[in-house]
Amino acid sequence: MFSDPANLTLANMSELLKKREISSEDLTQAFLERIEGLNPDINAYITIDRAGAITAAKEADKRLDAKQGEPLTGIPIGVKDLFCTKGILTTCASKILNNFIPPYESTVTSRLKGAGAVILGKTNMDEFAMGSSNETSHFGVVKNPWDKSRIPGGSSGGSAAAVSAGMGSATIGTDTGGSIRQPAALTGITGLKPTYGRVSRFGMIAFASSLDQAGPMTKTAEDAAILLQAMAGHDPKDATSIDAPVPDYMANLGDGLQGRKIGIPEEYFASGLSPDVARVIEDAKKQLTELGAELVPVSLPTTKHAIPTYYILAPAEASSNLARYDGIRFGYRCENPEDIRDLFFRTRAEGFGNEVKRRIMLGTYVLSSGYYDAYYLKAQKVRRLIADDFKAAFSKVDLLLAPTTPDTAFKLGEKTNDPVQMYLSDIFTINVNLAGLPAISIPCGFDKDNLPIGMQLIGRPLDESGILSAAHAYQQATQWHTRSPIL
Amino acid sequence: MPIDPNYETVIGLEVHTQLRTKSKIFCGCPNKFGAEANSQICPVCAGFPGVLPVMNREMVNMAIKTGLAINGQIKKLSVFSRKNYFYPDSPTGYQISQYDLPIVEHGELFIDLPDEPKKRIGVTRIHMEVDAGKSIHEGIVGASWVDLNRVGTPLLEIVSEPDMRSSEDAGAYLKKLRAIVRFLDVCDGNMEEGSFRCDANVSVRHYGAEKFGTRTELKNLNSIRNVMRAIDFEVDRQIDLIESGDKVVQETRLWDANKNISRSMRSKEDAHDYRYFPEPDLPPLTLEQSHIDDIKAKLPELPDAMAKRFQDEMGLSEYDAGVLTAEKEMSTYFEEANQIVSNAGKKNAKATANWVTVELLGRLNKDGLSIEDSPVSAVNLGKLVALIQTGEISGKIAKKVFAHMFDDGGDPEKIVAEKGLKQVTDSGSITAEVEKVLASHPDQVEQYRGGKTQILGFLVGKVMQATRGKANPAMVNKVLKEKLG
Amino acid sequence: MSINADTVKHVANLARLNIPEAEVGSYVDQLSQILGLMDQLNSLPTDDIEPMSHAVDILMPAREDEVVNGDNREALLACAPDSEQSHFRVPKIIE
Repeated sequence: MFSDPANLTLANMSELLKKREISSEDLTQAFLERIEGLNPDINAYITIDRAGAITAAKEADKRLDAKQGEPLTGIPIGVKDLFCTKGILTTCASKILNNFIPPYESTVTSRLKGAGAVILGKTNMDEFAMGSSNETSHFGVVKNPWDKSRIPGGSSGGSAAAVSAGMGSATIGTDTGGSIRQPAALTGITGLKPTYGRVSRFGMIAFASSLDQAGPMTKTAEDAAILLQAMAGHDPKDATSIDAPVPDYMANLGDGLQGRKIGIPEEYFASGLSPDVARVIEDAKKQLTELGAELVPVSLPTTKHAIPTYYILAPAEASSNLARYDGIRFGYRCENPEDIRDLFFRTRAEGFGNEVKRRIMLGTYVLSSGYYDAYYLKAQKVRRLIADDFKAAFSKVDLLLAPTTPDTAFKLGEKTNDPVQMYLSDIFTINVNLAGLPAISIPCGFDKDNLPIGMQLIGRPLDESGILSAAHAYQQATQWHTRSPIL
Repeated sequence: MPIDPNYETVIGLEVHTQLRTKSKIFCGCPNKFGAEANSQICPVCAGFPGVLPVMNREMVNMAIKTGLAINGQIKKLSVFSRKNYFYPDSPTGYQISQYDLPIVEHGELFIDLPDEPKKRIGVTRIHMEVDAGKSIHEGIVGASWVDLNRVGTPLLEIVSEPDMRSSEDAGAYLKKLRAIVRFLDVCDGNMEEGSFRCDANVSVRHYGAEKFGTRTELKNLNSIRNVMRAIDFEVDRQIDLIESGDKVVQETRLWDANKNISRSMRSKEDAHDYRYFPEPDLPPLTLEQSHIDDIKAKLPELPDAMAKRFQDEMGLSEYDAGVLTAEKEMSTYFEEANQIVSNAGKKNAKATANWVTVELLGRLNKDGLSIEDSPVSAVNLGKLVALIQTGEISGKIAKKVFAHMFDDGGDPEKIVAEKGLKQVTDSGSITAEVEKVLASHPDQVEQYRGGKTQILGFLVGKVMQATRGKANPAMVNKVLKEKLG
Repeated sequence: MSINADTVKHVANLARLNIPEAEVGSYVDQLSQILGLMDQLNSLPTDDIEPMSHAVDILMPAREDEVVNGDNREALLACAPDSEQSHFRVPKIIE
């Protein structure tokens, strides 16, 4: 019996599985036991699919025995609970979907399963991915494994905590305004948000359609490369999916940093950054230089407008995306509706949590008659300026380096009553979503309380290889990503 | 219908045409009318979580065709938007439509009116959108049912300029537009089944006034006749209001075809605010000129062009050409029948046209049938006309044969043979019959020879009677005259 | 552009959300605060800027006009809170 999977990377496990030194069934069993032990405390999973996982693991072992394995065959992972999984409860962490069992499968999970991955269960998240702390879940808060009095970040907080706590070899998250990178940074793991359109959104429950993108949350950049390889690529079921060849991410992983220009956007290092984060990022810059990179100061002047821009556009899209939750075809319905109006109003009021309602209200308002031009249209124009800033910067540099968050994980409950403060914690991540760029967050140090700190590497459109190889080079030279919380 | 000579009526029409694609607009469900409830739905059209729309190529092509057919500008860039509103039969809570950048703008079509031929009616725009489902209320106790089969049916909304001035204009516009979409084979034009739906915007103003009056929108108009009636009713209502010092209220009114009245839709509990914004799930639609050109090159002949050909090449009157191209089935019927006549070596499109427009349509109208339901096939009507043209039967006999064909069906050649109706053209037997008649009507012969030549008709009639109508009347005339000297 | 209780009620109505009278005030406060953040955008000149609706510039793909879906009725109706004789069942809709 394989007892301690938590210290292995996905790449390690893949190697051991391939050599048949371990079986997928034992590995899966070990993860399930670890999840069952830790979940009552950490709450990283909403649904644990023991039976499905064991069946898939046995299938994977057959393929591995027959030497038909791929890098992901038999690898147990967790999936954020907004990917529709056929026959498995899919809640989006909302009461309004508390009984929804989709009769169809998302492209992401379908591809991962096709590549042999074993789905352990569905990870916790902020309700409809709206939140930065994983405190808005209908299924309870997720705790940060490094300090259980703190938030794990959000919205993919369950996915992040699961990787950090060894409750899965890796997980899949989604990132609309930083929802992969911010929790990755706050839990000391690696999180990749690919270029918008690189990974299909089909079957991924929408928050803000023009910003949402799925990506891997892992221990290392190498693990992220393995997962992205299986997830990426054109999907005819998603009209916004990019029809471009998918490079061999593993083959490019060793490209190194020699001679590459890394832009340092001055606006990301202005006031508001905690001293610990500032110090750690300074160290990382030195490290990157030692690895052969050239640091170049750049400016992204529209950055400071990203928060209002995002908090207009994302809620606007969300207000429309969430109109389908009406208690008629699926999900929660209020009890004994008097008439159709009552059915709509009460189902939605009872089914959605406060943050979701707040954003629906905000989004409805900014689209409503008389305000569209002042808010929505204005924000769309500023979005263009933000994207243009990045274009200009990428004419001079290959990558950008920035902190992922201004500070380390805050205390549970600290900002729940102050939405504006909560929104401001996304300041360094949402630009990337507005511009549709790929970015990775990797661990780069700890603060005085031993809480992890992450940094972002942002790339040109479709240059996932570039940021993965840079992150890999950094991880080859450092140990931050190998640290685990003591549980 | 000049209702009050002091007022001018202003009408604009919005027509929704359901396109005849095989599959729905954004998913691979069948696009068919009349299937069992909810048997043609999938997570995409039923608005389930996480799913995404993907455009049907043929929908775009049909929109381009329709745009070209009304001489519109096909936009190289058009954009889909979401129109947000809650309704149980709109499963996503928004309708995917086109808003500020539709696929077609600035079109026109020409309507034919007795006193105003080729009147131009502008078409503001054509945009693509998705149809909603159906709610069923009747016969269900304490509940309503939702059937989503129709959700995702591709629709073109065709919006006219406020260029129509009477219900007759509106009727002619709808007939012409329906003919066009049917000639293009993009829509079956069935108003009763709802595949061709019309809402009318109606206002009145004093003649000479520059500003339009307040308009109302009329809905639930399921036939051209109802559109016209509803407009007339509405114009009267508005004029009465104004004359009695009241104001017309901008509102939506539902036509009740049973009572021949319209009633105000109870004002919704909230004003509409559709919160349109660009559909983030669908990139902008761009079109290459070469693609538009390809479609243009393959456009079928349209009613106006066909009517012109019927006049120029077949010598038909403008009126006949108009009648024969008013409906696709009519023109197809005529051309098929006329081909048979031509094949018989006796080109005479006018005769064919006459038989279709007078005899056939007369009888169809009398029996309340449409051309598609005609018991006389185009081929058989063509054969009948050919029989007349080749002199096999007389026109009079032909009418009898036609009546027989209409009532009992059948091939006119067989009917003529079986019933022995073939025209007698043999001069020997005609001469024999003529001599018999002359012998038995000496008085009339006397009168004729005395100068009362109009008595000839009586004698011809007697000969025809004796031959049971089969004698060739021209020959009977000729022989009679010879014999009477 | 300030938000008051009427705005909140109007928007809640558009969004089909039942908001108890007691909560209207906190929505006014929070939405006002959030919209306060938005006002900084006004300082940015954007007259000649093309609005950006999509994260990447791609063109509309299209699928062939083919029927690929079979009958999903039972699977989809099974998700419904209430159904009857192959229909989704809702409270009586009064036109």
